Amino acid sequence: MIKPLQAIARLGHHALASMSRIGLATRFFLATLLRSGVAFRRFNLTIRETYFAGVLSLIIILVSGLFVGMVLGLQGYETLQTYGSESALGVLVALSLVRELGPVVAALLFASRAGSAITAEIGLMKATEQLAAMEMMAVDPIARVVAPRFWAGVISMPLLAALFSAMGIFGGYLVGVVLIGVDEGSFWSQMQAQVDFQEDILNGVIKSVVFGVAVTAIALFEGYDAPPTAEGVSRATTRTVVTSSLAILALDFVLTAFMFRGVG
Amino acid sequence: MDNLVEIKNVTFGYGARPVLKGINLTARRGQVVAIMGSSGCGKTTLLRLIGGQIKPNSGSVRVAGQEVSELDTDGLYLLRRKMGMLFQFGALFTDMSVFDNIAFQLREHTQLPEELIRDLVLMKLHAVGLRGAAHLMPSELSGGMARRVALARSIALEPMLVMYDEPFAGLDPISLGVVGNLIRRLTDTLGLTSIVVTHDVQESLKIVDYVYFISAGAIEAEGTAEEMRASGLPFVHQFVHGEPDGPVPFHYPARPYAEDLRLEQ
Repeated sequence: MIKPLQAIARLGHHALASMSRIGLATRFFLATLLRSGVAFRRFNLTIRETYFAGVLSLIIILVSGLFVGMVLGLQGYETLQTYGSESALGVLVALSLVRELGPVVAALLFASRAGSAITAEIGLMKATEQLAAMEMMAVDPIARVVAPRFWAGVISMPLLAALFSAMGIFGGYLVGVVLIGVDEGSFWSQMQAQVDFQEDILNGVIKSVVFGVAVTAIALFEGYDAPPTAEGVSRATTRTVVTSSLAILALDFVLTAFMFRGVG
Repeated sequence: MDNLVEIKNVTFGYGARPVLKGINLTARRGQVVAIMGSSGCGKTTLLRLIGGQIKPNSGSVRVAGQEVSELDTDGLYLLRRKMGMLFQFGALFTDMSVFDNIAFQLREHTQLPEELIRDLVLMKLHAVGLRGAAHLMPSELSGGMARRVALARSIALEPMLVMYDEPFAGLDPISLGVVGNLIRRLTDTLGLTSIVVTHDVQESLKIVDYVYFISAGAIEAEGTAEEMRASGLPFVHQFVHGEPDGPVPFHYPARPYAEDLRLEQ
Protein backbone atom coordinates (compact mmCIF):
# COMPACT_ATOMS: atom_id res chain seq x y z
CA MET A 1 0.00 0.00 0.00
CA ILE A 2 2.79 2.37 0.92
CA LYS A 3 4.91 1.85 -2.20
CA PRO A 4 2.46 3.23 -4.77
CA LEU A 5 1.68 6.13 -2.45
CA GLN A 6 5.36 6.86 -2.12
CA ALA A 7 5.76 6.74 -5.88
CA ILE A 8 2.93 9.25 -6.29
CA ALA A 9 4.44 11.46 -3.61
CA ARG A 10 7.81 11.33 -5.35
CA LEU A 11 6.20 12.17 -8.67
CA GLY A 12 4.41 15.10 -7.07
CA HIS A 13 7.62 16.25 -5.47
CA HIS A 14 9.47 16.20 -8.79
CA ALA A 15 6.60 18.00 -10.52
CA LEU A 16 6.53 20.71 -7.86
CA ALA A 17 10.30 21.07 -7.94
CA SER A 18 10.42 21.49 -11.71
CA MET A 19 7.48 23.91 -11.67
CA SER A 20 9.19 26.07 -9.07
CA ARG A 21 12.40 25.98 -11.12
CA ILE A 22 10.52 27.14 -14.20
CA GLY A 23 9.03 29.92 -12.08
CA LEU A 24 12.46 30.89 -10.81
CA ALA A 25 13.89 30.88 -14.33
CA THR A 26 11.06 33.10 -15.58
CA ARG A 27 11.54 35.58 -12.76
CA PHE A 28 15.27 35.58 -13.40
CA PHE A 29 14.71 36.22 -17.11
CA LEU A 30 12.28 39.08 -16.44
CA ALA A 31 14.62 40.60 -13.85
CA THR A 32 17.43 40.47 -16.41
CA LEU A 33 15.29 42.29 -18.97
CA LEU A 34 14.08 44.89 -16.45
CA ARG A 35 17.55 45.63 -15.14
CA SER A 36 19.25 45.88 -18.53
CA GLY A 37 19.72 49.64 -18.25
CA VAL A 38 23.36 49.36 -17.23
CA ALA A 39 24.13 47.01 -20.13
CA PHE A 40 23.16 49.77 -22.56
CA ARG A 41 24.17 52.87 -20.62
CA ARG A 42 27.64 51.44 -20.11
CA PHE A 43 27.81 49.64 -23.40
CA ASN A 44 31.51 48.87 -23.00
CA LEU A 45 30.49 46.20 -20.45
CA THR A 46 28.38 44.52 -23.14
CA ILE A 47 31.10 44.92 -25.75
CA ARG A 48 33.59 43.20 -23.46
CA GLU A 49 31.24 40.23 -23.03
CA THR A 50 30.55 40.19 -26.77
CA TYR A 51 34.25 39.66 -27.23
CA PHE A 52 34.26 36.66 -24.88
CA ALA A 53 31.04 35.09 -26.15
CA GLY A 54 31.19 36.08 -29.81
CA VAL A 55 34.70 36.84 -31.02
CA LEU A 56 36.25 33.90 -29.19
CA SER A 57 33.64 31.59 -30.75
CA LEU A 58 34.63 32.70 -34.25
CA ILE A 59 37.18 29.96 -34.95
CA ILE A 60 34.85 27.05 -34.19
CA ILE A 61 31.97 28.72 -36.04
CA LEU A 62 34.00 29.52 -39.17
CA VAL A 63 35.72 26.14 -39.41
CA SER A 64 32.49 24.22 -38.79
CA GLY A 65 30.65 26.38 -41.32
CA LEU A 66 33.27 25.65 -43.94
CA PHE A 67 33.09 21.90 -43.42
CA VAL A 68 29.29 21.80 -43.29
CA GLY A 69 29.20 23.75 -46.57
CA MET A 70 31.71 21.41 -48.18
CA VAL A 71 29.69 18.35 -47.15
CA LEU A 72 26.54 20.01 -48.49
CA GLY A 73 28.37 20.59 -51.77
CA LEU A 74 29.33 16.94 -52.09
CA GLN A 75 26.01 15.46 -51.01
CA GLY A 76 23.99 18.02 -52.97
CA TYR A 77 25.93 17.43 -56.16
CA GLU A 78 25.52 13.69 -55.92
CA THR A 79 21.74 13.95 -55.60
CA LEU A 80 21.24 16.80 -58.06
CA GLN A 81 23.30 15.27 -60.87
CA THR A 82 20.91 12.26 -60.90
CA TYR A 83 18.27 14.67 -62.16
CA GLY A 84 20.70 16.63 -64.29
CA SER A 85 20.19 19.76 -62.28
CA GLU A 86 23.61 20.22 -60.73
CA SER A 87 23.45 23.88 -61.71
CA ALA A 88 21.01 24.30 -58.79
CA LEU A 89 23.78 23.33 -56.34
CA GLY A 90 24.27 26.95 -55.26
CA VAL A 91 20.58 27.31 -54.38
CA LEU A 92 20.56 24.06 -52.43
CA VAL A 93 23.64 24.97 -50.40
CA ALA A 94 22.51 28.55 -49.73
CA LEU A 95 18.92 27.71 -48.79
CA SER A 96 19.91 24.84 -46.50
CA LEU A 97 22.34 27.12 -44.74
CA VAL A 98 20.43 30.38 -44.33
CA ARG A 99 17.13 28.72 -43.47
CA GLU A 100 18.19 25.87 -41.22
CA LEU A 101 21.76 24.78 -40.80
CA GLY A 102 23.22 28.25 -40.24
CA PRO A 103 21.05 29.29 -37.31
CA VAL A 104 20.68 25.78 -35.82
CA VAL A 105 24.23 24.45 -36.03
CA ALA A 106 25.75 27.82 -35.12
CA ALA A 107 23.45 27.95 -32.07
CA LEU A 108 24.37 24.40 -31.05
CA LEU A 109 28.05 25.28 -31.32
CA PHE A 110 27.46 28.56 -29.48
CA ALA A 111 25.73 26.67 -26.66
CA SER A 112 28.64 24.32 -26.19
CA ARG A 113 31.38 26.92 -26.68
CA ALA A 114 30.00 30.10 -25.09
CA GLY A 115 26.96 28.87 -23.12
CA SER A 116 28.98 26.40 -21.08
CA ALA A 117 31.64 29.05 -20.43
CA ILE A 118 29.03 31.53 -19.22
CA THR A 119 27.48 28.97 -16.85
CA ALA A 120 30.84 27.93 -15.44
CA GLU A 121 31.94 31.54 -14.98
CA ILE A 122 28.76 32.69 -13.22
CA GLY A 123 28.59 29.47 -11.16
CA LEU A 124 32.18 29.91 -9.99
CA MET A 125 31.61 33.60 -9.26
CA LYS A 126 28.75 32.48 -7.05
CA ALA A 127 30.74 29.66 -5.43
CA THR A 128 33.62 32.01 -4.59
CA GLU A 129 31.18 34.57 -3.15
CA GLN A 130 32.02 37.16 -5.81
CA LEU A 131 28.32 37.75 -6.48
CA ALA A 132 27.56 38.06 -2.76
CA ALA A 133 30.49 40.47 -2.43
CA MET A 134 29.09 42.55 -5.27
CA GLU A 135 25.70 42.66 -3.57
CA MET A 136 27.32 43.75 -0.33
CA MET A 137 29.00 46.56 -2.28
CA ALA A 138 25.54 47.77 -3.27
CA VAL A 139 26.07 46.69 -6.89
CA ASP A 140 23.29 44.57 -8.37
CA PRO A 141 24.90 41.46 -9.91
CA ILE A 142 21.95 40.96 -12.28
CA ALA A 143 22.47 44.42 -13.74
CA ARG A 144 26.27 44.40 -13.64
CA VAL A 145 27.16 40.76 -14.45
CA VAL A 146 24.11 39.01 -15.93
CA ALA A 147 22.50 41.61 -18.20
CA PRO A 148 25.65 42.54 -20.18
CA ARG A 149 26.32 38.84 -20.84
CA PHE A 150 22.73 38.32 -21.90
CA TRP A 151 22.77 41.12 -24.46
CA ALA A 152 26.22 40.09 -25.63
CA GLY A 153 24.82 36.63 -26.42
CA VAL A 154 21.77 38.05 -28.16
CA ILE A 155 23.94 40.32 -30.31
CA SER A 156 26.56 37.66 -31.09
CA MET A 157 24.26 34.84 -32.12
CA PRO A 158 22.80 36.26 -35.39
CA LEU A 159 26.23 37.55 -36.42
CA LEU A 160 27.80 34.15 -35.81
CA ALA A 161 24.97 32.41 -37.68
CA ALA A 162 25.46 34.79 -40.63
CA LEU A 163 29.19 34.11 -40.68
CA PHE A 164 28.52 30.37 -40.44
CA SER A 165 26.23 30.54 -43.48
CA ALA A 166 28.66 32.71 -45.44
CA MET A 167 31.50 30.33 -44.69
CA GLY A 168 29.27 27.37 -45.59
CA ILE A 169 28.36 28.87 -48.95
CA PHE A 170 32.06 29.42 -49.60
CA GLY A 171 32.68 25.75 -48.69
CA GLY A 172 29.94 24.66 -51.09
CA TYR A 173 31.50 26.83 -53.79
CA LEU A 174 34.93 25.30 -53.17
CA VAL A 175 33.66 21.76 -53.53
CA GLY A 176 31.00 22.35 -56.20
CA VAL A 177 32.69 24.84 -58.50
CA VAL A 178 36.41 24.61 -57.84
CA LEU A 179 36.69 20.88 -57.16
CA ILE A 180 33.88 19.24 -59.15
CA GLY A 181 33.51 21.85 -61.82
CA VAL A 182 29.88 22.95 -61.64
CA ASP A 183 29.33 26.03 -63.79
CA GLU A 184 30.27 29.05 -61.71
CA GLY A 185 27.81 31.39 -63.39
CA SER A 186 24.78 29.22 -62.76
CA PHE A 187 25.98 28.45 -59.20
CA TRP A 188 25.86 32.12 -58.22
CA SER A 189 23.06 33.41 -60.49
CA GLN A 190 20.59 30.70 -59.48
CA MET A 191 21.41 31.36 -55.86
CA GLN A 192 20.80 35.07 -56.36
CA ALA A 193 17.50 34.46 -58.13
CA GLN A 194 16.09 31.87 -55.74
CA VAL A 195 17.11 33.07 -52.29
CA ASP A 196 14.51 35.55 -51.05
CA PHE A 197 15.64 38.23 -48.65
CA GLN A 198 12.57 38.21 -46.45
CA GLU A 199 11.42 34.61 -46.70
CA ASP A 200 14.84 33.04 -46.35
CA ILE A 201 17.45 35.38 -44.95
CA LEU A 202 15.28 37.41 -42.59
CA ASN A 203 13.56 34.30 -41.23
CA GLY A 204 16.99 32.78 -40.60
CA VAL A 205 18.03 35.90 -38.70
CA ILE A 206 14.84 35.78 -36.62
CA LYS A 207 15.60 32.17 -35.74
CA SER A 208 19.14 32.93 -34.68
CA VAL A 209 18.02 35.84 -32.50
CA VAL A 210 15.50 33.57 -30.75
CA PHE A 211 18.17 30.90 -30.28
CA GLY A 212 20.55 33.53 -28.93
CA VAL A 213 17.99 34.61 -26.33
CA ALA A 214 17.26 30.99 -25.36
CA VAL A 215 20.86 29.78 -25.11
CA THR A 216 22.16 32.81 -23.21
CA ALA A 217 19.20 32.93 -20.83
CA ILE A 218 19.54 29.21 -20.05
CA ALA A 219 23.30 29.49 -19.57
CA LEU A 220 22.98 32.49 -17.25
CA PHE A 221 20.18 30.97 -15.19
CA GLU A 222 21.97 27.65 -14.78
CA GLY A 223 25.09 29.46 -13.58
CA TYR A 224 23.19 31.74 -11.24
CA ASP A 225 21.16 28.84 -9.82
CA ALA A 226 24.07 26.39 -9.54
CA PRO A 227 24.81 24.95 -6.09
CA PRO A 228 28.02 26.69 -4.98
CA THR A 229 30.21 23.58 -5.13
CA ALA A 230 32.53 22.03 -7.73
CA GLU A 231 29.98 19.31 -8.42
CA GLY A 232 27.14 21.82 -8.62
CA VAL A 233 28.94 23.96 -11.20
CA SER A 234 29.93 20.94 -13.31
CA ARG A 235 26.36 19.67 -13.34
CA ALA A 236 25.02 23.10 -14.21
CA THR A 237 27.45 23.34 -17.13
CA THR A 238 26.31 19.99 -18.48
CA ARG A 239 22.67 20.99 -18.04
CA THR A 240 23.27 24.20 -19.98
CA VAL A 241 24.53 22.31 -23.02
CA VAL A 242 21.81 19.65 -22.85
CA THR A 243 18.89 21.99 -22.14
CA SER A 244 19.88 24.64 -24.64
CA SER A 245 20.53 22.08 -27.40
CA LEU A 246 17.06 20.62 -26.88
CA ALA A 247 15.57 24.10 -26.68
CA ILE A 248 17.23 25.08 -29.97
CA LEU A 249 15.86 22.03 -31.79
CA ALA A 250 12.37 22.38 -30.34
CA LEU A 251 12.23 26.11 -31.02
CA ASP A 252 13.48 25.48 -34.52
CA PHE A 253 10.51 23.25 -35.22
CA VAL A 254 8.06 25.77 -33.77
CA LEU A 255 9.57 28.67 -35.70
CA THR A 256 9.76 26.69 -38.94
CA ALA A 257 6.09 25.77 -38.52
CA PHE A 258 5.21 29.46 -38.19
CA MET A 259 7.30 30.36 -41.22
CA PHE A 260 6.00 27.48 -43.33
CA ARG A 261 4.37 28.76 -46.49
CA GLY A 262 1.75 26.04 -46.76
CA VAL A 263 1.40 23.02 -49.01
CA GLY A 264 1.21 23.55 -52.75
CA MET B 1 23.76 57.27 19.57
CA ASP B 2 26.83 55.38 20.53
CA ASN B 3 25.78 52.00 19.22
CA LEU B 4 26.29 51.46 15.51
CA VAL B 5 24.85 47.96 15.39
CA GLU B 6 22.07 46.78 17.69
CA ILE B 7 20.67 43.28 17.47
CA LYS B 8 17.76 42.48 19.77
CA ASN B 9 16.10 39.10 20.32
CA VAL B 10 16.84 37.91 16.81
CA THR B 11 15.74 34.46 15.78
CA PHE B 12 16.40 33.00 12.37
CA GLY B 13 16.11 29.62 10.70
CA TYR B 14 16.51 28.03 7.31
CA GLY B 15 13.18 26.25 6.87
CA ALA B 16 12.41 24.36 10.05
CA ARG B 17 16.04 24.32 11.23
CA PRO B 18 16.68 27.13 13.73
CA VAL B 19 20.09 28.76 13.36
CA LEU B 20 19.86 31.73 15.72
CA LYS B 21 17.76 31.67 18.88
CA GLY B 22 17.21 35.01 20.59
CA ILE B 23 20.49 36.80 19.94
CA ASN B 24 21.26 40.15 21.60
CA LEU B 25 24.38 41.96 20.46
CA THR B 26 25.66 45.52 20.22
CA ALA B 27 28.69 47.03 18.54
CA ARG B 28 29.67 50.52 19.66
CA ARG B 29 31.28 52.98 17.31
CA GLY B 30 35.04 52.63 17.12
CA GLN B 31 35.09 49.15 18.61
CA VAL B 32 36.41 45.87 17.26
CA VAL B 33 33.81 43.31 18.26
CA ALA B 34 34.44 39.60 17.80
CA ILE B 35 31.81 36.95 17.36
CA MET B 36 33.30 33.57 18.15
CA GLY B 37 32.00 30.07 18.11
CA SER B 38 32.63 26.72 16.53
CA SER B 39 32.03 26.16 12.84
CA GLY B 40 28.39 26.10 11.83
CA CYS B 41 27.03 27.84 14.93
CA GLY B 42 25.42 30.70 13.01
CA LYS B 43 28.19 33.32 13.03
CA THR B 44 28.15 34.01 9.31
CA THR B 45 24.34 34.08 9.38
CA LEU B 46 24.60 36.94 11.84
CA LEU B 47 26.75 38.94 9.40
CA ARG B 48 24.28 38.26 6.61
CA LEU B 49 21.51 39.61 8.84
CA ILE B 50 23.44 42.81 9.53
CA GLY B 51 24.15 43.23 5.80
CA GLY B 52 20.47 42.68 5.00
CA GLN B 53 21.11 39.65 2.77
CA ILE B 54 18.57 37.74 4.85
CA LYS B 55 15.78 38.85 7.15
CA PRO B 56 15.26 37.68 10.74
CA ASN B 57 12.18 35.60 11.59
CA SER B 58 11.66 37.84 14.61
CA GLY B 59 13.54 40.51 16.52
CA SER B 60 15.28 43.63 15.31
CA VAL B 61 18.56 44.39 13.55
CA ARG B 62 19.42 48.07 13.55
CA VAL B 63 22.42 49.61 11.84
CA ALA B 64 23.05 53.33 12.39
CA GLY B 65 19.53 53.64 13.76
CA GLN B 66 17.89 52.05 10.70
CA GLU B 67 15.92 48.81 10.93
CA VAL B 68 17.65 46.74 8.23
CA SER B 69 14.76 44.36 7.50
CA GLU B 70 12.37 47.27 6.83
CA LEU B 71 14.52 48.91 4.16
CA ASP B 72 13.56 48.55 0.49
CA THR B 73 16.20 47.60 -2.07
CA ASP B 74 17.27 51.22 -2.66
CA GLY B 75 17.48 51.94 1.05
CA LEU B 76 19.44 48.74 1.61
CA TYR B 77 21.88 49.54 -1.18
CA LEU B 78 22.32 53.04 0.24
CA LEU B 79 23.13 51.57 3.65
CA ARG B 80 25.50 48.99 2.15
CA ARG B 81 27.58 51.76 0.60
CA LYS B 82 28.50 52.62 4.18
CA MET B 83 29.37 49.01 4.98
CA GLY B 84 32.37 46.99 3.94
CA MET B 85 32.60 43.25 4.06
CA LEU B 86 35.59 40.98 3.94
CA PHE B 87 34.56 37.53 2.77
CA GLN B 88 36.10 34.33 4.01
CA PHE B 89 38.41 33.77 1.06
CA GLY B 90 38.50 37.37 -0.09
CA ALA B 91 35.94 36.97 -2.89
CA LEU B 92 38.10 39.12 -5.17
CA PHE B 93 36.78 39.50 -8.71
CA THR B 94 39.00 37.06 -10.55
CA ASP B 95 38.63 38.76 -13.94
CA MET B 96 40.03 42.07 -12.66
CA SER B 97 43.47 43.11 -11.47
CA VAL B 98 44.10 44.06 -7.84
CA PHE B 99 43.86 47.71 -8.85
CA ASP B 100 40.52 47.29 -10.61
CA ASN B 101 39.15 45.26 -7.70
CA ILE B 102 39.72 48.17 -5.35
CA ALA B 103 38.61 50.76 -7.89
CA PHE B 104 35.40 48.76 -8.52
CA GLN B 105 33.18 50.49 -5.97
CA LEU B 106 34.67 53.92 -6.68
CA ARG B 107 33.85 53.50 -10.36
CA GLU B 108 30.38 52.06 -9.70
CA HIS B 109 29.22 54.56 -7.11
CA THR B 110 31.09 57.79 -7.75
CA GLN B 111 31.77 60.06 -10.69
CA LEU B 112 35.35 60.67 -9.64
CA PRO B 113 37.90 61.29 -12.43
CA GLU B 114 40.21 58.38 -13.16
CA GLU B 115 43.33 60.18 -11.82
CA LEU B 116 41.67 60.66 -8.45
CA ILE B 117 40.51 57.04 -8.39
CA ARG B 118 44.10 56.01 -9.09
CA ASP B 119 45.39 58.00 -6.13
CA LEU B 120 42.66 56.69 -3.81
CA VAL B 121 43.30 53.08 -4.83
CA LEU B 122 47.04 53.43 -4.30
CA MET B 123 46.39 54.95 -0.86
CA LYS B 124 44.19 52.00 0.14
CA LEU B 125 46.75 49.55 -1.19
CA HIS B 126 49.52 51.39 0.65
CA ALA B 127 47.54 51.05 3.89
CA VAL B 128 47.63 47.26 3.55
CA GLY B 129 51.21 47.25 2.28
CA LEU B 130 50.47 46.07 -1.25
CA ARG B 131 50.94 49.18 -3.38
CA GLY B 132 53.51 47.28 -5.40
CA ALA B 133 51.02 44.51 -6.21
CA ALA B 134 48.46 46.76 -7.91
CA HIS B 135 49.03 45.24 -11.35
CA LEU B 136 48.77 41.59 -10.25
CA MET B 137 45.75 39.39 -10.91
CA PRO B 138 44.03 37.72 -7.92
CA SER B 139 45.30 34.31 -9.07
CA GLU B 140 48.88 35.53 -8.60
CA LEU B 141 48.37 36.44 -4.93
CA SER B 142 49.04 34.30 -1.87
CA GLY B 143 46.17 33.68 0.55
CA GLY B 144 47.38 36.35 2.95
CA MET B 145 47.87 38.92 0.19
CA ALA B 146 44.41 38.21 -1.22
CA ARG B 147 42.93 38.80 2.23
CA ARG B 148 44.75 42.12 2.49
CA VAL B 149 43.58 43.20 -0.96
CA ALA B 150 40.03 42.28 0.03
CA LEU B 151 40.51 44.35 3.17
CA ALA B 152 41.64 47.33 1.09
CA ARG B 153 38.64 46.82 -1.16
CA SER B 154 36.22 46.74 1.77
CA ILE B 155 37.43 50.16 2.98
CA ALA B 156 37.45 51.69 -0.52
CA LEU B 157 34.39 53.86 0.09
CA GLU B 158 35.40 54.80 3.65
CA PRO B 159 32.62 52.81 5.32
CA MET B 160 31.42 53.26 8.88
CA LEU B 161 31.18 49.53 9.49
CA VAL B 162 33.36 46.68 8.26
CA MET B 163 32.42 43.05 8.75
CA TYR B 164 35.02 40.31 8.51
CA ASP B 165 33.99 36.73 7.87
CA GLU B 166 36.76 34.47 9.16
CA PRO B 167 39.59 36.85 8.25
CA PHE B 168 42.20 34.51 9.75
CA ALA B 169 41.11 31.22 8.17
CA GLY B 170 43.92 29.39 6.41
CA LEU B 171 46.66 32.00 6.96
CA ASP B 172 50.27 31.37 7.96
CA PRO B 173 51.38 32.85 11.33
CA ILE B 174 52.99 35.92 9.76
CA SER B 175 49.96 36.79 7.60
CA LEU B 176 47.77 36.09 10.62
CA GLY B 177 49.54 38.76 12.65
CA VAL B 178 49.57 41.18 9.72
CA VAL B 179 45.84 40.87 9.07
CA GLY B 180 45.03 41.09 12.79
CA ASN B 181 47.10 44.26 13.21
CA LEU B 182 45.57 45.77 10.08
CA ILE B 183 42.05 45.26 11.39
CA ARG B 184 42.94 47.02 14.63
CA ARG B 185 44.92 49.82 13.00
CA LEU B 186 42.38 50.58 10.28
CA THR B 187 39.57 50.61 12.83
CA ASP B 188 41.43 53.14 14.93
CA THR B 189 42.79 55.39 12.18
CA LEU B 190 39.69 55.46 9.96
CA GLY B 191 37.24 55.60 12.86
CA LEU B 192 35.50 52.41 11.72
CA THR B 193 33.50 49.91 13.65
CA SER B 194 34.60 46.34 13.02
CA ILE B 195 32.74 43.10 13.55
CA VAL B 196 34.98 40.08 13.25
CA VAL B 197 33.50 36.62 12.94
CA THR B 198 36.17 34.09 13.73
CA HIS B 199 37.12 30.93 15.52
CA ASP B 200 40.74 31.96 15.89
CA VAL B 201 40.74 32.75 19.59
CA GLN B 202 44.36 33.63 20.27
CA GLU B 203 44.76 36.01 17.33
CA SER B 204 41.48 37.80 17.81
CA LEU B 205 41.68 38.18 21.59
CA LYS B 206 44.80 40.29 20.94
CA ILE B 207 42.93 42.91 18.94
CA VAL B 208 39.29 43.00 20.06
CA ASP B 209 37.48 45.26 22.50
CA TYR B 210 34.51 42.99 23.15
CA VAL B 211 33.73 39.34 22.47
CA TYR B 212 30.53 37.37 22.05
CA PHE B 213 30.67 33.58 22.22
CA ILE B 214 27.95 31.81 20.27
CA SER B 215 27.11 28.17 20.64
CA ALA B 216 24.26 26.40 18.87
CA GLY B 217 22.63 29.68 17.87
CA ALA B 218 22.60 31.36 21.28
CA ILE B 219 25.03 33.70 23.03
CA GLU B 220 26.89 31.64 25.60
CA ALA B 221 29.11 34.35 27.04
CA GLU B 222 30.23 37.92 26.42
CA GLY B 223 32.78 40.34 27.76
CA THR B 224 36.13 41.97 27.15
CA ALA B 225 39.12 39.95 26.00
CA GLU B 226 40.54 39.88 29.54
CA GLU B 227 37.26 38.69 31.02
CA MET B 228 37.10 35.90 28.47
CA ARG B 229 40.64 34.72 29.15
CA ALA B 230 39.84 34.54 32.85
CA SER B 231 36.38 33.09 32.38
CA GLY B 232 35.47 29.99 34.32
CA LEU B 233 32.52 29.10 32.11
CA PRO B 234 33.11 25.57 30.79
CA PHE B 235 32.28 26.46 27.16
CA VAL B 236 34.51 29.54 27.08
CA HIS B 237 37.28 27.64 28.84
CA GLN B 238 37.12 24.82 26.33
CA PHE B 239 37.11 27.27 23.43
CA VAL B 240 39.84 29.62 24.63
CA HIS B 241 42.15 26.75 25.53
CA GLY B 242 41.23 24.61 22.55
CA GLU B 243 40.32 21.48 24.50
CA PRO B 244 38.99 18.69 22.27
CA ASP B 245 36.19 17.57 24.57
CA GLY B 246 33.92 19.46 26.93
CA PRO B 247 30.53 21.12 26.57
CA VAL B 248 31.14 20.93 22.81
CA PRO B 249 31.50 17.16 22.40
CA PHE B 250 34.15 15.54 20.22
CA HIS B 251 31.68 13.00 18.87
CA TYR B 252 28.84 13.81 16.55
CA PRO B 253 25.65 12.34 18.08
CA ALA B 254 25.45 8.66 17.16
CA ARG B 255 24.19 5.29 18.35
CA PRO B 256 26.30 3.64 21.07
CA TYR B 257 29.67 2.56 19.64
CA ALA B 258 29.33 -1.09 20.66
CA GLU B 259 25.92 -1.28 19.05
CA ASP B 260 27.23 0.22 15.81
CA LEU B 261 30.01 -2.35 15.66
CA ARG B 262 27.44 -5.13 16.38
CA LEU B 263 29.34 -6.24 19.46
CA GLU B 264 26.07 -6.65 21.38
CA GLN B 265 23.43 -9.04 20.34
